[in-house]
Amino acid sequence: MKVTIVDYKSGNISSVINSFEEVAKDKVNIEVTSDLNKIKSSDKVVLPGQGSFKSCVDALNNINGLVDILNEFATNNKKPLLGICVGLQMFADIGYEETETKGLGWISGKVSKIDNQNGKYKLPHIGWNQINIVKESKIFKNIENNSHMYFVHSYEFIPNDKSVISATTDYSTNIVCSVEKENLFGTQFHPEKSDKIGLKIIENFINL
Amino acid sequence: MLKKRIIPCLDVKNGRVVKGINFVDLKDAGDPVEQAKIYSDGGADEICFLDITASNENRNTIYDVVKATSKKCFVPLTVGGGVRSVEDINKLLNCGADKVSINTAAVQNSDVVVESSKKFGSQCIVVAIDAKKNGDMWEVFTHGGRNKTGIDVIEFAEKIEQSGAGELLVTSMDRDGTQVGYDIDLMSKISSKVNIPVIASGGVGNLDHLVDGIKLGNASAVLAASIFHYGKHSVKEAKEYLDSKGIPVRI
Repeated sequence: MKVTIVDYKSGNISSVINSFEEVAKDKVNIEVTSDLNKIKSSDKVVLPGQGSFKSCVDALNNINGLVDILNEFATNNKKPLLGICVGLQMFADIGYEETETKGLGWISGKVSKIDNQNGKYKLPHIGWNQINIVKESKIFKNIENNSHMYFVHSYEFIPNDKSVISATTDYSTNIVCSVEKENLFGTQFHPEKSDKIGLKIIENFINL
Repeated sequence: MLKKRIIPCLDVKNGRVVKGINFVDLKDAGDPVEQAKIYSDGGADEICFLDITASNENRNTIYDVVKATSKKCFVPLTVGGGVRSVEDINKLLNCGADKVSINTAAVQNSDVVVESSKKFGSQCIVVAIDAKKNGDMWEVFTHGGRNKTGIDVIEFAEKIEQSGAGELLVTSMDRDGTQVGYDIDLMSKISSKVNIPVIASGGVGNLDHLVDGIKLGNASAVLAASIFHYGKHSVKEAKEYLDSKGIPVRI
């Protein structure tokens, strides 16, 4: 099996690579690339994302044909894809960070700034918070409800269809922190930085 | 609910830990990777390395340390010390650091913060402020506390938040090394003036000081070095103590 981490030259993906390699050991081939053919021939794809929604979308668009290949992988071939942080946020139709930017449109919804209730809550939402699992998700196999995950973000994904939500976390509001829709998986938190429990989520995705 | 973080800090010089944990069963007390792993296995919410390597020719040692640590520790890793440019930040991130803390360079040229936060995201840019009481204000110091700047700490904190800092790591130079507790006035004042999280540093001598830093200083996270050294307290003990005082922590 081949799992590809999409390297689209946006932000720091070394922790994602390290965590997947730690879980995969020698059993699974982890590829880190933006090569379209390699992505196409993968069994699973990981879409990381750091920085702003706009900078990530721009970086995807900067690589000729990448968005088309990802669309084909995720929506036509329906192969498993995991979006992490802004990687998940880009599933949305639209994001409002920096300026209004079109997303991939895989899960209808928007990405807007977390309501900090006039400064009552610090932003970014940084640190360990518990997840409230609201529906069964394949990546939550053997993950207990209220497990702690590591978060760093100021924007949140608000899907139109609430049935895609698999977990939320409680900050200034109830923030969507994990989604599952058919072959699409996304986490707002960083499994790669969430210690052993985070590695378990990565293992669950690899074992899908 | 978001938990308060405990961040043990390790001073690294020429690729070796200075004043590390001194456990009997530790194979190599100077190995930063092994020390970081003990902390992360013990429940540290993040790990911080401060590179205090003095000579430029040995500067590269930190990159190897970060590379090796990031393959073993799967909690966030912050690295600071001697970070001068966007390129320095890029290198550390590529080696596996999750956040980079910038001190002198952020004071001398806030464009480093503006550019790096645009390029890599605010989430990985921590600005470290060394503060010293001067009359009724606190003054920013640079170059590891050697140079005074005349800059007001609160004004600088507000300005650097606007430049794109994701977090502030505030060290009281008056308290650092004294073990009498954080400068609570400083921490609470900064925390009330900025919207980004403040990490309190400098002066921890016992577990009550961690409690005070959070409860009275309104810090989002507490950083400590010496109380975790020589096994005086483990991170686990610290967390259980905070928990017993009603502070939300990840246990």
